[in-house]
Parts: sequence; C-alpha cells; structure tokens
Amino acid sequence: MTLLLTSMLQFFILLPFLGFVFSLFIPAKMENAVSRTVLFTVGLHLILSWVFLIIWILNNHPTLEKSEIVLFKTKDYQFLISFYFDKISAVYLFVGSALTFLVTQYCRWYLHREDGYKRFFNVILFFYIGYNLIIFSGNFETLFVGWEILGFSSFLLIGFYRHRYLPVKNALKVFTVFRIADMSLLIAMWMSHAFWHKNVNFSEFADNQFIIENLENHPVLGVLISLMILLAAAVKSGQLPFSSWVPRAMEGPTPSSAIFYGSLSVHLGAFLLLRTFPFWEHLNFIVITVVTLGLFTSIIATGIARVQSSVKTQIAYSSIAQIGLIFIEIALGFHILALIHFAGNAFLRTYQLLVSPSVVSYMIREQFYNFIPRHYIDKKSAFKKLDYSIYLLCLKEFNLDGFVYRFFWNPLKWVGRKLNYFSGIEIVIFFVATYLIGLICLFNQELIPEEVYKYLPELFALFGLLMVLKAFAERKSALLSLGLVITMHLYRTLAISLNGHINTNEIILYLSGVIISGVVGYVCLNELKSLEHNITLDQFLGHSAEYPTLSFIFLLACLGLMAFPMTPTFIGVEIIFSHIHEDQAGLVFLAALSYVVTGLSLIRIYARIFLGPHVKTYHAHPNRSS
Amino acid sequence: MNSNNSIFNEQEVLHELKHFLPSQAPLKDFIHHNTLHAFQNYKFYDGIRHASKMFGYFVSLQLEDYRSLYISKRIREDILKRIIAEQKGLEHANEWMHNVLSKKYVTSISSRIGLLRLNWKKQYHVDLDLSVHPLLFRILCSYLDQGISIWGFPVGNKGFLSSIREIEANSFTSFFKGNRAKKLLLTGNCKIEDLLKILVGDESLYKQYLYDQQFSHPGWSGMVSTIEDQPQTLLNPKKISIHDLVVFELLLEIDTLDAQFEEGWLPISSDLKNRPVELFDEIPKTELDEVLSIWQDAFEWSYYDPVLAAIQLQKKKMETAPFHKSFQVFTCIDDRELSFRRYLERTDSECETFATPGFFGVEFFFQPEHGQSYTKCCPAPITPKYLIKETDTKKKRKKEAHLSKLSHSLFSGSLISQTLGLLSGFKLALNIFWPSAMPAMASPIAHMDKLSKLTIENKNVNHRENDLQVGFTIEEMVQRVETILTSIGLVKNFASIVYIVGHGATSINNPHYCAYDCGACGGRPGSVNARVFCFMANHPEVREVLSSRGLVIPIETQFLGALHDTTRDEITYFDEDLLSPVNLTNHQKNIPVFVKALDLNSKERSRRLVSIDTHLSAEKIHKEILKRSVSLFEPRQELNHSTNATCFVGRRDLTKDIYLDRRSSMSSYDYRIDPEGKYLFNVMKPIAPVMGGISLEYFFSRVDNCKLGAGTKLPHNVMGLIGVANGSDGDLRPGLPSQMIEVHDPIRLLVIVEHFPEVVLGAINQQPATYEFYINEWVRLVAVNPETREIFLFKDGGFSVYRPLTRALGSISDVITLIETVKAAESLHIVEATKENLPVYLMD
Repeated sequence: MTLLLTSMLQFFILLPFLGFVFSLFIPAKMENAVSRTVLFTVGLHLILSWVFLIIWILNNHPTLEKSEIVLFKTKDYQFLISFYFDKISAVYLFVGSALTFLVTQYCRWYLHREDGYKRFFNVILFFYIGYNLIIFSGNFETLFVGWEILGFSSFLLIGFYRHRYLPVKNALKVFTVFRIADMSLLIAMWMSHAFWHKNVNFSEFADNQFIIENLENHPVLGVLISLMILLAAAVKSGQLPFSSWVPRAMEGPTPSSAIFYGSLSVHLGAFLLLRTFPFWEHLNFIVITVVTLGLFTSIIATGIARVQSSVKTQIAYSSIAQIGLIFIEIALGFHILALIHFAGNAFLRTYQLLVSPSVVSYMIREQFYNFIPRHYIDKKSAFKKLDYSIYLLCLKEFNLDGFVYRFFWNPLKWVGRKLNYFSGIEIVIFFVATYLIGLICLFNQELIPEEVYKYLPELFALFGLLMVLKAFAERKSALLSLGLVITMHLYRTLAISLNGHINTNEIILYLSGVIISGVVGYVCLNELKSLEHNITLDQFLGHSAEYPTLSFIFLLACLGLMAFPMTPTFIGVEIIFSHIHEDQAGLVFLAALSYVVTGLSLIRIYARIFLGPHVKTYHAHPNRSS
Repeated sequence: MNSNNSIFNEQEVLHELKHFLPSQAPLKDFIHHNTLHAFQNYKFYDGIRHASKMFGYFVSLQLEDYRSLYISKRIREDILKRIIAEQKGLEHANEWMHNVLSKKYVTSISSRIGLLRLNWKKQYHVDLDLSVHPLLFRILCSYLDQGISIWGFPVGNKGFLSSIREIEANSFTSFFKGNRAKKLLLTGNCKIEDLLKILVGDESLYKQYLYDQQFSHPGWSGMVSTIEDQPQTLLNPKKISIHDLVVFELLLEIDTLDAQFEEGWLPISSDLKNRPVELFDEIPKTELDEVLSIWQDAFEWSYYDPVLAAIQLQKKKMETAPFHKSFQVFTCIDDRELSFRRYLERTDSECETFATPGFFGVEFFFQPEHGQSYTKCCPAPITPKYLIKETDTKKKRKKEAHLSKLSHSLFSGSLISQTLGLLSGFKLALNIFWPSAMPAMASPIAHMDKLSKLTIENKNVNHRENDLQVGFTIEEMVQRVETILTSIGLVKNFASIVYIVGHGATSINNPHYCAYDCGACGGRPGSVNARVFCFMANHPEVREVLSSRGLVIPIETQFLGALHDTTRDEITYFDEDLLSPVNLTNHQKNIPVFVKALDLNSKERSRRLVSIDTHLSAEKIHKEILKRSVSLFEPRQELNHSTNATCFVGRRDLTKDIYLDRRSSMSSYDYRIDPEGKYLFNVMKPIAPVMGGISLEYFFSRVDNCKLGAGTKLPHNVMGLIGVANGSDGDLRPGLPSQMIEVHDPIRLLVIVEHFPEVVLGAINQQPATYEFYINEWVRLVAVNPETREIFLFKDGGFSVYRPLTRALGSISDVITLIETVKAAESLHIVEATKENLPVYLMD
C-alpha cells in the first residue's frame, strides 16, 4: 500500500499542472469554461487528496518519499525532483485543498464579468502548483521551484488590477521582499551542499545521529544554514521585520487576498520551519532565536492590529501575530499544536476576509444598540506620554514599511545610480574589453600568476553584479536595461568558467534559456518601441492595455532571463552554484545577489512598461491615489 | 495684517474648494446625489465640459461607444438627424452628420488639476504623494474611525489638528521625520498662508496648489468636508475640518521635503519654467464637445421618443365607472416597484396600485428599543421634529462571532483560531453550497421588530425627548394623511384593505447597503413609515376630522402596513391582528395574489442575473433569488436602480398599458383632484433631488467609473466604517461600484408630468434649488396634456410642443414570453451590456 501511495505523490503536482496548461488555451470570453476547468481541476485534486489522506491514515500514516525524477545529472552533480510526505504535508494538503476548492467555487460567481477573469483563474492554478510543490517537496531544490512559482504568482495576484498605480506598486514591493527569501534559500542550498557534500533529502533529517555528527563537524555552517532558512521563513510568513508586506498584499479581489495572504501563502514560512526542524532543533541558539522572533512579532503585530482602522489590514496583522505564536510552538517542539493552530488560523482568516465587507452593516447595527461614547480623560502623567508613543509607533507600523527599502534596496540602487554616469556606448566598450580579457585569461590560464587568477572569478562576478545594478537603477532606456541583464549572465558564465571544472554542456544548458529569452525580450521591446517611440522606465506606461499579447510574451521572456523554473537556465543556475567552492563565500554572495537583482530589474522593466495606469488618456483612468 | 490687499483669501478658497469636493456621506448615511453638483449652476453640457477639462473626468460615453451604439441601431438615425437639424440647422446637416459619424478626433483628455504640483516630480524628482498619502490616510482614518480599531485614537475630543498637536507634544516619537514641521505644529505657527509660503512661495499660486493637493485624494478630502458640515452623521462624534486637513498635509509635505533635502530646498514657484493654466480660466467649447453632446442627445431621445410616443399610441381607455376594488396598494415611487405593481395588477385585475415617495409623507426620527441614537426616516433634506419609539420588542439580535474583535488580540485570538477557526472552514462550505441567512447580512426586517409596538400618537405636546416631540397629534396626523391621499388621487372608491408597502433590501458583503434601501426614507427600509401611516389613517379621530373636511374613508376600509424586500421579493405584513374579521378573510384572499406577483416579479428580474435560468418556473426562480440574496459570493444581490430612465407623475392609466421594463419610477397624481396644481408642488418637490440624484449618480458613475465611481467592489477594503478604499493605502472611493452600474444606460432622467404645461411650470419654479435641475437640463421634463395627450417639452424656461418621431411600436401580450426570449449580454462593452435594456412595447 505504501508503495501505491508513494507512486501517487507526483500526481498531486501533475494534476494542477495539466489543468493549468489546459486552462491557458481556453478563450478569455468563455468565462464558464475557464472557471469550470479550474474548479474541476481543484475539485479532482481535493477528492484525490482526501481519499489519499484517508488511505494514508488507515495505513498508519507512514512517511513517504520518492526521489527518482532526475532532471539533470553530471558526474558530481544531479538535479533531483524528489517528494516527501508526512503528517506536516498531510495537514497542509488538507487545509490547502479545502480552501483552494472553496475559494475557487466562490470566485466563479464573485468575479463574474470582471476584467481579467481568465487571468485570475490561471494564476490560481499556477499558485496551486507552487503550493503543492512546496508541501510535497523532498529536498531544497524541489521546494525552491515551488517557492519561485509562489512568489511570482503572488506578484500577479497582487497586481491583478494592473491598470491602477497602487496594486502594481505594492506587487513590486512584495516581490522585492520575497526576493530576499529567495536569496537566503539559494544561499542555504549552496551551504547545505557544502555541509553534507551532496544534495540532501528531507528524509535524511530523520536520522538524528547523522545530523548531530555533521553539526559537530561544521558548527558555524549549521548555524548559518539555519539562519538562512529562518530568514526565508520570516519573509514568507511576514515576521519581523518584514511584516508590512502582508497588509499591502491585499490589493487583489477579496477572495484572493483571503486565501493567499490571509491563509495559505503566509503559513508557508511556518511550513519551512516545520520541515527543517529536525535539523535546527539541535542548535539552541537557533531555537532561542525563533522563539524570540515569534514572540516579538506576535506582540508587535498585535499592537499594530489593535490600532488598524481598516478591516483587511486588521485581519492581516492579527494573522501575523498568530503565526508568531506558531513559530514559538514549532521551536518548542509542539508540532501537533502548531499544525492545529495553522489550520484554525488559515480557515478563520479566510472566512473573516471573505465576510469583511459585511462589517459595515453589522458593526453599525451593533453600535447603534451598544454604543458607549468614549470619555477622554486628560491624563497628566508619564503614562500618557508612553501611551501616546506606543500608539503612534503602532500607527506608523514601527516604520517597518520603509525598512526593507532602507537597508536592502536603497544601497543597491545608490550604487546603480552612480553607474549612470556611464553611457550605453561606454558600457559596451567596457564589456567587450573586459570580456575579451576574461576569455584570454580563460584560455591561457598558464600565463596568469596563480594569485591573480584565483581572484578572477570574483572580479567578473562583480562586473556582472555591477551591470545588473545599473540595469536596476536605469531610468530611461528599457532596451539598455535588458541588455545589461544579459551581459550579467555572460559575465557569470565567464566567472564560473574561470572557476574551473565546468563543462561546455553545462554552459550551453545555462545560456540556452538566456539567449532565447533575451532575443524574445529584445524583439518585444523593439516592436513596442517602433509602435510607441518613447518607452522610458521613468514612469509606469501601462501598455498591456493595448498590447496584451506582447505583454504576455515579454513577461515570459523576463521569466526566462531571471532563471525561472521553465527554461534550462534554472537548472543552470543550480549547477553554477554547485561549482562554487566551499571557501568562496564572496563569490556565492555576488552570485546570489546578482540573481536577486536580476529578477528585480526584469520585473521592474515589465511593470514599468506594461503595467500601471495607461499613459494614453483617451479612456477613463483612475486617480493615482486610488 | 493686510488681508484686504492679499490675493489669497483662505476662508474663501476653502469654502469654494469644499463645494467642488465629493459630498458623499459616510456609508451608513449613503444617499444618491448628483456627483457633479458643483457644476449644476451651468447648463448640463457646459457643466460637464467644465468638470471634464478642470478635473479630467470622462463625462459622457466615448465617441467610439456612441458610434457603435449607432451601428447597432440603439441610437436611431432619424433622431440623430433631427437633433443635428435642430441644433446646427438643416444647411449644415451633412457636414455635421459626417463629423458625428466618421470624422477623426483626438479623444484624449488632459486636465488642469495637478499640473502645478507635478513640478515636485519634474524639478525635485520627489514623489510627494507616495510619501505623504499612506501615512496621512492612515492617520485620518484612525482619527475618524467609527469602531473598527480596538485601540482608538488617543485624543478625540479636541478637533483634528489639536489632537495631533496634543499627541505630538506628549510623545517620545513623532508624526514627522524632521524638526521643522514638528516645531511649526507645536508653536502653533502654522497658518495655511505661512506654510504655503514655505512650499509654494508665489502667493498667486496658493489657491491652485491647494486644489491640486486636495484633488490628489478627493475621497478623503470629500469625506472630511462632509463630516465638517454634518458632524451628526458620525455616531462616534469627531471634530474635523478641511482647514485642519490642509494644515496637517502641508506640514507632512514640508517634512518630507526636509527629510529629502535637509531644508535646503526652495519653494515650488522659485524655478517654475512656465506657469500652469489657471484652473478656473475660460474653457472654450471644442467641436468634439459638440459632437459628443449631439450624440448624447441622440442617445437619450432614442429612448425618450418611443416612451412619449407610447403615451399617445396606446389605446384610449374608456372612462370606466368605478368598479369593485379587491384591494389597493401604495408602493414607493422607486423604479424597482414598477414591475411588482404591474404583476399585482395583472394577477388581480380588480386591484389598484398607487405610488408615492416611500416615507408616505410621515417624517420622523425612529428610535428602536435599546437603540442608543435616532435614525432619520425621511428624505435627506428634511429635518423632522418628531420621534417614534419602538417598545415591546420580541426578537433578539444575533451575533456574528467571526466579526468579533476578540479574534484580533493575541491570546483570545489564539484560542478562537484553534476552535472557532476550524469551524469556519465548515461554515464557509455551508455558505458556498447552501447559502442561508446569517447575522452579518443587512436585512430590512431588522430595522424594526415586526411584533413590537410603536409610540405614534402624541397625547401631550409636552412629551418631548431631546427637542423632539414624541409622536404626532391628531391634527398633525390628519394633515399628513390628507396630503398623501389627495396628492395621490385616492379620495373615494376605497377598497376594504389599502396596503401601504414600504420597501428595503437584503444584502450581504455589501458596504453600500444603504443605497439599496429606500432613498425617500433616508436610505433605510420603509417599514416604520408604513406602519406609522397606517396607524394614522386607521385612527377613528383622524377619520372623523377627515370626513368633516370631505374626505370620507369608509368605516370598513382598513390600512395595512407592509414591507417589500426588493432583493428577496418577499413581503412582510404588520399589525395583521388589528384587521376586522371580514378584512382578515379578505386579506387571506389577497395574500396569494401578492405571492404570485412576487414570484413573477422575481422571474422578470432573473433575466439579468446570470446565475439563474430565466426559463424555470417562477416559483423555482424565486427560490434561487432567495438563495442569491444571502450568498456571500454574490456581488450583485440585486441591480438596484440600474437602467432607471424616466419618471412618470400622473395617473396609472397613463402608463398601465406600456411596457417600460423596470426603467421608470412612478409618482401617482390625479390632475382632476388638483386642477390648480396646489398639491403638484409637493409631489414634484422630491422628484428632482431624489430621482434626479439617483439618475445623475448612475450616469456619472457609469461614464467614468474610475474617477467618479468607486471602481470594481471586489478589492474594496472597509475604512473606519465610513468608506471603502482599494487595498490598504488607497484613497476613499466615493460613487457607485462598477457592479451597480454596468448595465446602466447613461441617460438623464426624463420626468413626465400629466397636467397642463402652465400648471406644471407653476409647480416647479417655486423652489430655486429644484428648479435648477430643470432649467439647466440636468433632468429633462415634459408635460402631457391630460385631455389631448399632447406633449410639451420644457426648454429655456418654457414649454413647447414635442411631436414624437416614432409612429408605431411593437406590442406584446405577455411580458413573461418576452423576457424569456431576451439573450443575455456576453461582455461589459456598452453595446453588449446594455442590449438587455429592452425597447418600449405596448401591452395588449
């Protein structure tokens, strides 16, 4: 029986995937066909899951694992998609399938006649693929694929109303924050590769002895890995200091906010912690950190929730506060409690968000009968001062909203801006010159002194990073920005080649996606430029209003260029990381950072050109502040 | 202080600014009104042109839309030609026909608002709005919050700016980033003029700067301005003024610039390349404006013309001798009641229906038992002097645990999520698959307990509460009953039961629920008014006085109050136990008529509701409608006033055989009883502001749902229980959500009065405020000569004959067959979405 169950695992990802692909081809006008397809898919998934769960429970809920699907393999590296199923996955599967099914049915009517009906249902399935990949994942690689899908579908859902300013701005903001989680997960993966000397499966965490031995060998690395995992989890679950993204994600239709930011998406940080608990439970420092983080978050988020005067943000912060408690429960080992807490919180917040528009009639009626006018007592004491201060801090969300920008992205932008002194031509000359030098070095290794040569990979990775930073800060030309991203990829391959041991096939694998996507992206922009002349990055242009197809193709190109799991480049990135040696922390940092900034630059190009209020004013367009 | 010489007069500017801001009240007091009320002193087309050029609104359909309506024949060629001939002269007809139909125009619009403040971005590369708005909105919302937050604004009894100052002065943290703004606030040296000097510099630009600033977030500014003018609209009172808002916003702007440039910045006027166009400069009319106005006229008259033709084309009624009446019904003039009346009449041909504004002429404040304050139950402009109190209630209000604030605190939240939370998944499934009533919904029957008692009669004029007289004296009752009966035209031939049917609506997940209730009752259900009126009309002493004045109501006639739920198509009767045994039997006989009419009515409504198959039997459809009314996932529980287009003031005979879909409101009035138009003034008084207000709000929300409407309601987030915004950082969105207006044809209201033109003129020009609607053509008006049925159009202060172009109309024998054959619209494009709006038919 266990074997049968194990062999079924992949279908939980395959099913939504097939539904997703199928739903892409239904004409947007056929509302009913679109939503029926999606409902059928998630409905079937629900039935399958629950039957599966029942059989699994009747068979003494064994832990299942499956790791046969090899996507890529060289002699010292393999990219494995592997699955894993235990009680944690079971609870997440139960809650996720139930909520997704209910909300899909809910949306069939709720979104009727809404512009973007099909887009919405496509994204729901896309999200669901990511969700299932994460909860069934058997190793970091698989989890990371799901993680990327989830981050990107969040971007699409938050920016669902793509012709208003705020949704697009907030979608970008959330994507930016999520990118930090991606980066930390990527680094964690590289470090764990160094830690175990192989690609570890989650099932191996069950072996206590094995973990403790390894931790004794690399105590610092163990802590660092755990910290990276914790960082990723904190970002996804809106823990301090990242909490402010959750309320700002409430820009899409209410049910999508309900299911994603009220319930499923925000609890995936907790999932990551649960999944990796057997690893970090041995590290007291980490356990204490998680408890402290959860505690601070739950206290501060509760404070902020108490002063919120809008329904959805209030629910968002209350949910975050509960997740803070869940973090504590996880760290202290009360996993059953944590899982129940997760399920309850997810259902509760979904429901609360769904009925949130009713709050006006209900509360006003309640108030009509029970209102007690507040008496303001003029306190004259230090207590008053404290009271006001805390209130004001809560109202300003402890200034958390600007935090990520101030400490992460603004410095990067600053560097990028400094590079704005160089014109496009100067960049090209610089690129050609340095690249030629790089190639000469690569093929004439014996001529270069050893001490110089070993710094070359870092140097070229740094060049790559600078290119992409300039792309990130570019204010005018979209084409230049896109070109800079491509040069980053070229620098990166050069840097890795200089690092040694990479073979041509791997480079081809990596560059194939980059080149195809790059060309497609370039063609799209060129086409648009010939039609519209002025495509600047200085403001949102909203061209998807007139060129929806072009916008979609360009988006795909951007995904390809940011190594999204759909072209071979994605595996290429993993390979490149596997070629960075254990002692090259600098190189990893540069590579990870440029990976993150690449994603941001590309999404920024896409958003600036195709999203936001349309530049043309022959049709009604909303106020910027709305 | 030489304010006489200065260009900038703060008070004047703020006063005028308030006039232009949206004037929508908090959600609980939502009333339809003309969105562009500030321009009503202009003729309609001049007014909307000004609004468009100043503020960038779209004020009509787009040129392409009109042209495709023309191609689809919704705009008629003969009408278009006539309008061009009338306005441009026959000699230019061809030229203008070409302009209208095929000439290319640049249809992009550019507005004057915001141009000055745009220079912050151009010169300083700083996005002031992005830094200031989210914080400003959050502070405003927290200050004005009516009960969402658990921890309310710490100071609330002092006015907005003083409260801010109090907190700022007594806090370790600050609203601001820098010191200058803080100092300006605390030392009290923050006159608008002084702050503008820092920010703007050039005094002649102050006014424009303030307009730019406030119109960058019209939602919040409008709300502040409305609350300043009507502080009583907040249950939880808060003092605020547009002045305070402006000062605080200016301070935040100074602070943001300081933080960016460390006080080393110069005012916006210092480096101004070219002065932006003055907001109030002359706005010339363009050819495109004229083309659009011709199209709009043609669109309107393509509908008006057949309606007017139908009045003349229908078969002449014999003046029948008074026949036996099974029962009589009063409903509200609301357009949603039209089809209900039609089905009552068709189901029982012996019944008779009347319509009058749904507060039935009785204006009062209502205090439900245990209610902490009063609810106004009459049209918005009236301030009642009476109080009606509810006693002896039986029902208990139910609570909704999921909306409890406890779930937002840390520990009880944790308990709740682990208990109630797990159940809510189950609850959600229940509502999705088997929707049923729940406490969170807005239900009209909750307005008043059906079995409660009301204190209606005042026996001692000294019985007062809070300056309101409790109940009405006999004389006051007589006066009200007499006015209503006479103006409606029911002074003889009373049936044994006269049903007084108020209306209200059920909805869930609908912050705009007030817009669905009775506008004439101030956005409340009309149940209390119906009961109060019946009490008065049934009162023996009232009847005695009435008959002494010649209005004899037979002793066996009884008035019975009821409430029609327009969403659920259900009816609730009040005080049935007071019926005499004979009338109770009569009532039992009438009930099936109501049931059947309501079933049929829900069937007719269902043709617009995609979730329901219109071919099912009326009973089945009614069940579906009931389910729909309590479905959380249904953003359109009903379509409210969508498609409203005309308003008839006259006898039912004028319209009884015309199929008007559900597009007309009706006010019963019999010219024969009132030859001099004494009562007509009263009858006409609410028509323009109430029905015209509805029509214009639908109009503008339809043509520019982005700026004048609230946009789609799906992402709405309730702010402080007073308004809705998108997401967490957005501005408030006044106006109607797209779900309410998507099938609406944006045409002005055509009021059709059955009386002689000179009498009508005498009735409308007595009150300047309502006369403005007609004279400036924001509402169109025709008079129908009751004897000849000749039609007169009101234009430029006088009536002139109008001859419809329509010569023949289709006729139908059965509405049900008609509606079953209508194809549902597939998209939201104007031609498609409004093709469900049926033409006028004659009914056999």
